[in-house]
Amino acid sequence: MANFETVVVDTDLLIIGGGMSACGAAFEAAYWAKKHGLKVTVVDKAAMDRSGAVAMGLSAINQYIGYAKGKNTLEDYVKYVRQDLMGISREDLVYDIARHVDSSVHLFEKWGLPIWKDAQGEYVNEGRWQIMINGESYKVIVAEAAKNAMATLGDKGEILERVFIVEPLMDGDKCIGGVGFSVRENKFYVFKAKATIALMGGAVHVFRPRSVGEGLGRAWYPPWNSGSTAYFTIRAGAEMTCQEVRFIPVRFKDGYGPVGAWFLLFKSRAVNAMGEEYMVTRANELPKWAPYGLAKPIPANLRNWLGMEDVYSGKGPIFMKTEEAIANLAAKYKDDPKAFKKKMKELESEAWEDFLDMTISQAILWAGQNIQPEEKPSEIAAAEPYFIGSHSGASGAWVCGPEDVMPAEYRKQWEPIGVYNHMTTVKGLFTAGDGSGASSHKFSSGSHAEGRVAAKGAIAYILDNNTAPTVDDAVVEQMKKTILAPLDRFQEFAKMSSDPDINPNFIKPKMFMFRLQKIMDEYCAGVSACFTTNKALLDRGLELLAMLKEDHEKLAAEDLHELLRCWENTHRMWIAESHLRHVMFREESRWPGYYFRADFPDMDEANWKCFVNSVWDPKTGEWTMKKVPVVNIL
Amino acid sequence: MPSYVILEKCDGCKGQDKTACMYICPNDLMVLDKEKMKAWNRAPEMCWECYNCVKICPQQAVDVRGYADFVPMGASVVPLRGSEDIMWTVKFRSGQVKRFKFPIRTTQEGKAEPLAGYSTGTEDIKSPVLCTEPASTGGAELPTLKK
Repeated sequence: MANFETVVVDTDLLIIGGGMSACGAAFEAAYWAKKHGLKVTVVDKAAMDRSGAVAMGLSAINQYIGYAKGKNTLEDYVKYVRQDLMGISREDLVYDIARHVDSSVHLFEKWGLPIWKDAQGEYVNEGRWQIMINGESYKVIVAEAAKNAMATLGDKGEILERVFIVEPLMDGDKCIGGVGFSVRENKFYVFKAKATIALMGGAVHVFRPRSVGEGLGRAWYPPWNSGSTAYFTIRAGAEMTCQEVRFIPVRFKDGYGPVGAWFLLFKSRAVNAMGEEYMVTRANELPKWAPYGLAKPIPANLRNWLGMEDVYSGKGPIFMKTEEAIANLAAKYKDDPKAFKKKMKELESEAWEDFLDMTISQAILWAGQNIQPEEKPSEIAAAEPYFIGSHSGASGAWVCGPEDVMPAEYRKQWEPIGVYNHMTTVKGLFTAGDGSGASSHKFSSGSHAEGRVAAKGAIAYILDNNTAPTVDDAVVEQMKKTILAPLDRFQEFAKMSSDPDINPNFIKPKMFMFRLQKIMDEYCAGVSACFTTNKALLDRGLELLAMLKEDHEKLAAEDLHELLRCWENTHRMWIAESHLRHVMFREESRWPGYYFRADFPDMDEANWKCFVNSVWDPKTGEWTMKKVPVVNIL
Repeated sequence: MPSYVILEKCDGCKGQDKTACMYICPNDLMVLDKEKMKAWNRAPEMCWECYNCVKICPQQAVDVRGYADFVPMGASVVPLRGSEDIMWTVKFRSGQVKRFKFPIRTTQEGKAEPLAGYSTGTEDIKSPVLCTEPASTGGAELPTLKK
């Protein structure tokens, strides 16, 4: 075995991840841990200042309720999410996040995030729930507050960066921490904790992206989100929900620049090659998806679907009419040349900031194609599928809701193991953000708020279950051997081949990822399959995934960086299998603009207006699928 | 290429154990070649073009060249990030240049005060009220469900 020092870290609360939800969790945990004399350890595979999905920045905060000022109610938000997800959501979780999200946003502003204000000093709304920010340093500021909060714990607050957690550490059916390795030095880490919060984000590069050359990395969601949260919770034996509910964003083509500001703030239209608006010409298809297709706002997946149908019938490309939108906004200044010039300058700056704050690639693409938004329209297109339970997808773990809002039907599942907000169905294991399912539309701010909720739940759990974890050293030693095996494999076999990447005895992580992406793309409704599949394709995909799963034991790594990639791609493979099994189990098409079951082309409210949940049993390796009724809280 | 290092400008962060770009890259891509004392991007095709290496480099030695498989050549987007704002220079393929300046924060770097002066309305670990609440919500109390 590769010569790695084993470092054991004993802690009370282990927070894995460094993104928005992890920063929320660290901030909240620090407060309650200090009161109760507990230790908190945060472990991030990157640098917290710029880790997670907000690493580049953001140009808007997509969830702000403004309930204290009477702008909206929490009940309105619950109904909005219910509608967007075609009736399938954990309304208790959505309600809980919504009642805390304004607090997080107000804190961001105090910490130093510039939020756009109008003449009355009120936040500028992009849409009903979205507010505009100057968000280049959004993540830096939020991470700084989390780190400053952790610093108040003195030696009981510990942050480790560049340590990648691979696997949950279990004591029977209880999660007691995690194990992994440093990506900078030969150290194997064992974290023993009384409670663990898994906050490692969603998943990208599970499906083959549209760009496969140098632009492979230009995913809409960041390429470092490798499904590690889903892997961690699945492998611990936690029940998962909505793993079929992937998200497909429609964005500016290739650069994946945001369209929200264009649609909502600038009131732009999207039209096909004939100048038709698919939302108008295809409006007669919406009753098929009633009641969701007939209510407003029309769900994201149905808007996708109508645009996709235009493209499939040869009416592409789809253009965002940026020039028309800007002309409309500037029109009322047209009689005053000075004011007109000023307004145009302001709109131009706002349009570019939208990209420069969060998708700089799109700015390079516009500049490279000589596109000025006030002069000509820009193409938009559906990207590839992503797993992002915090956005308009819903995949993640099935977690306990808040005591005062959670319906009794859900609550009974936690009564035997303890009712703690955001605990998964595994004792001592919590999650939030992209990790918790069926609570979509939390975005950056809601993920922060939800991380806080999970942290308070976890501290409450620790106070009630304050016993040091029991760890079997032999098990840990075996995990170390398995996790480091790709390094050993490379050392053992590399010498026999002229090429370090081509060897009959092993597979390198990059080709392993490409193999996974090809399977998912072609059999499980990826881009090249027009997001369409059927049972025969899924069966075949599962067969191929089974062989990939066998071959993951042949992964090889030349160095620590490749070892990281080996395990990230193993994580991707598990979320892929979970996804495919959910898509196969649900015999209907409910979110046609996310994926379409050609063998079950209709939505089936009578049989499938329910959650699909699954459990992988760590003892037997068997998957169990089940239907869980949706309980409306309103 | 995504991000690449301008060899003439990179000084390997003067032989410290890690360079600024290595420290910050969220995808573990930037590496220091200790013999040449130059950093490099080991997997440009896994680069998100998040620009964090570009923004943090003390020598302005990291730049981005748009993804060659779909971006026509000749454009560049260059940031200059200060403590309060960021300046962007966008150069088009046509040679046209635009400059933009946006604020990035309203407080002094490092000074984000976690509790931000808000008091917490409960000591109860089982209460749904989080630290700084209800004050930080703007309301007098945390809402409960209206059925």
